[in-house]
Amino acid sequence: MSRRCKAASERLATPVIPVGAPGFAGSKNLGNKLAGHALLDHVIGTVEPTEMTPFDINMLGEYNVAGELWQVAPLFAKLGIRVLAPITGDARYHQVAGAHRARVNMVVCSQAMASLARAMQDRWDIPYFEGSFYGIGDTSSSLRTLARMLVERGADDGLIARTEALIESEEARAWATLAPYRARLEGKRVLLYTGGVKSWSVVAALQEMGMVVIGTSVRKSTAEDKQRIKNLMGDDAPMVDQIPAKQMYAMLARGDADILMSGGRTQFVALKTKTPWLDINQERHHGYAGYAGTIALIRQIDAELFNPIWAQVRTPAPWDCPRPDPLPQAAEGGARDSGRLRASE
Amino acid sequence: MTPVVPSGKAASMNPLKQSPALGGAMAFLGIERCLPLLHGSQGCTAFALVLMVRHFREAIPLQTTAMSELTTILGGAENLEAAIENILERAKPRLIGICSTALTETRGEDMAADLRGIRERHPDWRDALDIVFASTPDYGGSLEEGWGKAVAAVVEALVPEGSTSRTLRRVNLLAGSHLTPGDVEELADLIESLGLSATVLPDLSRSLDGHVPDGHVSTSLGGTPLNAIAGMGEAVMTLAIGEQMRAAADAVLRRTGVPYHVFDHVTGLAATDAFVAALIEAGGEPGPRLKRERSRLVDAILDGHFPYEGKRVCVAAEPDLLLATTDFIASMGATVQAAVSPVAEPALSRVRAPRVVVGDLDDLEQAAAGCDLLISNSHAREAAERLGVPLYRIGFPVFDRLGGPQRVSVGYRGTRRLIFDIANLFLEHAAEAHDGAQAAPSAVTEGELPHAQAQAG
Repeated sequence: MSRRCKAASERLATPVIPVGAPGFAGSKNLGNKLAGHALLDHVIGTVEPTEMTPFDINMLGEYNVAGELWQVAPLFAKLGIRVLAPITGDARYHQVAGAHRARVNMVVCSQAMASLARAMQDRWDIPYFEGSFYGIGDTSSSLRTLARMLVERGADDGLIARTEALIESEEARAWATLAPYRARLEGKRVLLYTGGVKSWSVVAALQEMGMVVIGTSVRKSTAEDKQRIKNLMGDDAPMVDQIPAKQMYAMLARGDADILMSGGRTQFVALKTKTPWLDINQERHHGYAGYAGTIALIRQIDAELFNPIWAQVRTPAPWDCPRPDPLPQAAEGGARDSGRLRASE
Repeated sequence: MTPVVPSGKAASMNPLKQSPALGGAMAFLGIERCLPLLHGSQGCTAFALVLMVRHFREAIPLQTTAMSELTTILGGAENLEAAIENILERAKPRLIGICSTALTETRGEDMAADLRGIRERHPDWRDALDIVFASTPDYGGSLEEGWGKAVAAVVEALVPEGSTSRTLRRVNLLAGSHLTPGDVEELADLIESLGLSATVLPDLSRSLDGHVPDGHVSTSLGGTPLNAIAGMGEAVMTLAIGEQMRAAADAVLRRTGVPYHVFDHVTGLAATDAFVAALIEAGGEPGPRLKRERSRLVDAILDGHFPYEGKRVCVAAEPDLLLATTDFIASMGATVQAAVSPVAEPALSRVRAPRVVVGDLDDLEQAAAGCDLLISNSHAREAAERLGVPLYRIGFPVFDRLGGPQRVSVGYRGTRRLIFDIANLFLEHAAEAHDGAQAAPSAVTEGELPHAQAQAG
C-alpha cells in the first residue's frame, strides 16, 4: 500500500497517505492512533513553516467537533498564541506538515494522540501536556500550562501576566453568566455515558454547576483517565463500564437520573423513558469548548432539563384520568371553560 | 397576563389585518347552498374575492350589492332588494348570508328594518329562502371577528328556540376560522372515532376542501346542511373552537340549553387531551386507534423537541390563530420572540410571549431580528426574505404555496405533522447556515434563561 500511495502521490502531485487501519482490529481509538502515526511517518516534518514564533503550539486530538476549535481560537488570539497546526480539526495540509516547529504540544483528546505527542517529543524535542477545554477550571488551567510551557521554551514572560489577566476577566464573565443556571441545576443527577474519552473533563464541568454525576462510563478510558475521575469524584466514583440497554432503561424509568448525556445510540433508550437527553458525542451540533462552550453546554443542559415537553409527555392520557362529573344541566352549565388551556400550563 | 400593546405607528405599513366582511363571507361558504352577499361597493367585494380565489384555488361565489355614489347617499335598501332578487333568480340559493361593510355601516343603514321590509314584500320567499345578516364593518375587528359574528347570526336566525329532546352522543362543533378545512375534517373524524356524531358549523371541509363537483355550482359547494343547523338544539354538548366562536356557542345555549366548552385551539398534546376529555364527557369512548395516535404524538414530541430547543420564533396572526401557534411553539421548548395580532382581544393576554403587539407585518419584521423562523401568512414572505429566515405559512391568505387549506395541525395526528414540518424547516435552515458559516463561533449573549417562565409557572 505504501508503494502504491507513493506512486499515486507522484502521479497526482498530491500527497497520498496510507493509513493501515483494518476494521477488524481495535476500536476507534486505535484508528486515531494509527492515523497519528501515519502523519508522523509521512506528513509532519516534510514542510518548513514560512514563519515561526515563540508562541507556536499544536493541538493534538482537537477535531473541531461542532466548531470547538473556533470556540477557543479567540482566547489564543487574545494571548498572541498561534496554533501552528490543529491536528486535525480545521487543519490545512501544510500546517500539519510544518507542525514539528511548534514550541509546545497540547494533547486535547486524552488517549488517542498521546503516542503522537510522545513521538514528537522524542524526535523534535517538543514538550507536551494533556489538557482539556471542557469546564471553566480546566480551560483556565490549560491556558496557564500553555503559557508557562511556552515561557519555559523562550517566549517572553509577559505572556504569563497576560494569561492571568485574561483568565480573570473571562472567568468573572462566565461565572456571572452561569450563576442563575447554577441555582437551577444544583443537585440535578446526571448519568454520563460516553466512550470514556475525556469524561473526567465533562465531570469537572458538571461539578462546577453543582450537578451530581451518578455514573460515568469508562469503557475507553485509560488508567490515567480513571485516576483523574477518582481525583474529582473520590475513590468510590461511580465508574461504569457498559450498561446493557435493558438495564439502562430500567435505571432511567426508575428516575435514577434527571438527564442522560450520551451518544446517539442510547438516545432513544432515554427518550422512551421520557428522560431528558443531551448529545455529548462527536455527532452533536453544539460546541462545548472554552468559556463560551462551557456556557453553551450548561445552557443546553438547562434547556433540555427544563423543557416544557417533559411535563406534557408525562401527563396521563385523558382516558386514564378519573371520569369527570356527569354533564351539567342547562341551568347551571354552559359558560364553563374547563376545556380551555391556560397560559400557565 | 401577557401585556397587549399597540404598535404606536400612525400608518399600517404591511397590513396583517383581513376584513371582517371577508371572514363573514368565508363562514357563510361553509353552509350548504349558501351565497354570501357583501353589502357595499364593488371594491369591498373584489379584493376579498381575489384573495379567497387565490387561497382556496376555487371559484368563489361571492356577490355584492354594488353600492354607487348615488345609492350611498340615498340609501342602499333598493340595491339590497334588487341584489337578492337577482341572486335568487340566477343561483337559487337556500340561504343568503349578508355581510355589511364599512360603507353601509358608516352610512348607518338600518339593515334589520330594510330586511323586514324586503321579506314583507316577498312572502313567496318564506319557504324557499333564508336570509341571515351579519354586521361586519371593516373598522370592527378582523377576519376572525367577522367569522364569529356570521356564525352567531346563523344560530340566532336558524336554530329554533326551546329545549328539544337530546340525541345521545350528538355534539355540535363550532369551528373557528383558524381551522383549515383539513383541520375541520380531522376534528370531525376524531369525534366520530369516539362513537359520537357531530354537527359541524360552518363546515368548510365539505365545501372548500378542494374537490371536483359534478357540474357548475353557483352557490357554496357544500357545507353544513340547513336542517342540521336547525337540529343543533338536540346535541348534548357544543364544542366551540376559538374565542371567536364563544358568541355562537352562547347563542346555542341561550336558545336551546345545550352547554358548551370553548377551546382556544386543538393543537398540541395538552389541547387535544382537553378536547378528547370533553368528548369522553359527552359519552365518547376512545378506541385503540386513538390511543395509538396519542402514543405516536408523545414519541414525536420526544424525537422532535431537539430542533426547537433554543429557537426563537416570531408569529403574526389573528388572535385565535396566534394563540394556537404560540402555544404550540412554546410547548415544544422554543421561545416566542415576538407575537403580533392585527386587533386587540382579551384572549391575547394568554399568549405565551413577552408581549403581544397589535400591529402589522412591519411590526413583525422590526421585532424579528435574530430570530430563526417567521410564522404568518403569505404576505410575510418578503419580510422573511429580507431577514434571511424561513417562513412557515399559516392563516389567510396562503397563495404562494399549494395545499394551505388542506394542511392539518389539530388533534394527535395533525400535531405530529406540524412538529415534523416546522422541525424540518429548522433542520434545513441550520444546514444552510452551516454550509455558509465562516470560522466564527456564535456570540454568547449573557444573562437570560430560557423557559424561566415555564419553571415559575
